[in-house]
Amino acid sequence: MKSYLIKRLIAMIITLWLIITGTFFLMHSVPGSPFNEERTTNEAIQKNLEAYYQLDKPLFVQYVNYLKSLVQFDLGPSIKKSSQTVNDLLGRGFPVSFELGLYTLILAIISGITLGVLAALRHNGIIDYLAMTIAVLGISIPNFVMATLLIQQLAVNIPIFPVATWASPKHMVLPILALATGPMAIIARLTRTSMLEVLTQDYIKTAKAKGLSPVKIVFKHALRNALLPVVTVLGSLAASILTGTFVIEKIFAIPGMGKYFVDSINNRDYPVIMGTTVFYSAILIVMLFLVDLAYGLLDPRIKLHKKEAK
Amino acid sequence: MEKILQVKDLHVSFTTYGGVVQAVRGVSFDLHRGETLAIVGESGCGKSVTSQSIMRLIPEPPGKIKSGQIFLKGMDLIQLKEPELRKIRGANISMIFQDPMTALNPTITIGEQIMEGILQHKNISREQAKKAALEMLHLVGISNPEIRLKQYPHQFSGGMRQRIVIAMALVCQPDVLIADEPTTALDVTIQAQILELFRDIQKKTGVSIILITHDLGVVAQVADRIAVMYAGRIVEIGTRREIFYQPQHPYTKGLLQSVPRLDVEGAELVPIPGTPPDLFSPPKGCAFAARCPYAMEVCEKVYPFETSLSHHHYVNCWLQDVRAKALVSSNH
Repeated sequence: MKSYLIKRLIAMIITLWLIITGTFFLMHSVPGSPFNEERTTNEAIQKNLEAYYQLDKPLFVQYVNYLKSLVQFDLGPSIKKSSQTVNDLLGRGFPVSFELGLYTLILAIISGITLGVLAALRHNGIIDYLAMTIAVLGISIPNFVMATLLIQQLAVNIPIFPVATWASPKHMVLPILALATGPMAIIARLTRTSMLEVLTQDYIKTAKAKGLSPVKIVFKHALRNALLPVVTVLGSLAASILTGTFVIEKIFAIPGMGKYFVDSINNRDYPVIMGTTVFYSAILIVMLFLVDLAYGLLDPRIKLHKKEAK
Repeated sequence: MEKILQVKDLHVSFTTYGGVVQAVRGVSFDLHRGETLAIVGESGCGKSVTSQSIMRLIPEPPGKIKSGQIFLKGMDLIQLKEPELRKIRGANISMIFQDPMTALNPTITIGEQIMEGILQHKNISREQAKKAALEMLHLVGISNPEIRLKQYPHQFSGGMRQRIVIAMALVCQPDVLIADEPTTALDVTIQAQILELFRDIQKKTGVSIILITHDLGVVAQVADRIAVMYAGRIVEIGTRREIFYQPQHPYTKGLLQSVPRLDVEGAELVPIPGTPPDLFSPPKGCAFAARCPYAMEVCEKVYPFETSLSHHHYVNCWLQDVRAKALVSSNH
């Protein structure tokens, strides 16, 4: 197990390094620069700015310098938001996005799995059709439509919840609902499919032949096996939800980190582009690692470490 | 001998997109305490449906037990509701399925899988259940049961898994064990071991076994009595000796002739010509008439009555009817 973890850690670092390298050179190959705007800047000032942010140096030197500072967990200064570092931006934005994402995930997982299991148990029944209608709607309605709909109905027409901003638990309800419908729908469909497959397995028949109650059959024998494919998608789903979403955070005026993904690219704010990419990649890689660990826990056939005797 | 299980005129059908399949069309038999009754027949003759109906494990819908009675200890299982059936499944009647590779849950230890049955039916502690599970593993011939209990199905070979499935089925000491093709998925040497185990267990526990199979070799080794099924009905039933040495139904004869033989030099394999009837619209008379070399006019029109040939031996064939026999002897 220990040697597996070490191997895995090295692989994770290499993956991250490849992503950093790719992003860095791709980003610089895109035309334009942070100071390239409609208004023409004085040439001398532009030179000075470039010198300040070390953009005048050869690309490879910039790359090495970036890696050097990254090793010290320094993501550099933001070019557009002067006097703020990327660490500051992410440090402020991520906890908010994470909080929103975490509640969203919990809601999506619990409701998605419940819906999927119910649909599978009542296969081709009313509950099944109802659950799958909800799921199809959840997948096909974009979350910004969902968000505006929720605001219109539950904040304007019937003013139960505040329209926007991020202050109290009450403020969280609408963005969480808007954000959770998509993932919930995905999880529900996946759970249903995989549950239906598991329910036809021979060991379920064996469990029935033992005289077990339906509750025991579903929770003890079926669900655990049915959840394996669901866990697979959870890794990437969790990474993208936890790091914030541009649209939802914009609509609800939530001070998360989602907006930096888009803003930084429009602004060619190189350190922020790099920072958000590195951060997102790191979280994704960690999530995928956690998924693999969860596999090992859910399915005894999957061994994380290689057999000692070889 | 005490009748432990009685099946009377069982009719089971399945509703499909193509119509209603009459899978079982009036099956009756008794099972005595401590005996092994083999139900043989080709694929689709209704033997598995019959056995699953006894457990009431037919998925309803699309399946439906249309009529009949199944008596176990004076209770008619057809009349029972789900919660009452659950008390019987695993406790009074157990079932072993064909493929031991898929019959065990891959994510639960085999100890837990054996114990959960007994914990469900008997009011005992986990400690006692574990003891019972250990005893069962010992009985089915698994060495190091203490360690094996904590292992998962993938750590066992196919033959070992079938032993575990058997242990699982017997842990509550049921009266009846239904084994649906228990050796089909195993290779021949393991088959022999498992059949040996069945005999051994029956001697030790006195359980009655219903053995569903299409393998006459298996039947010859373990069955006390044999019921031959064709197109949803039992066409002949008798002791092993009677069925193997004095088969009376043309189908039984055909079945025996179609077994490959190694002991007779140059023996040819004689297949039964034709195919089984379509059970969407089964023929009015004897279902085997279309393939029967001895078919008479009456065979296609009226289903033959049951004729008793001995105390145990019954056959549904017009050739065995007293009138047919009288006709034959008057012609001579």
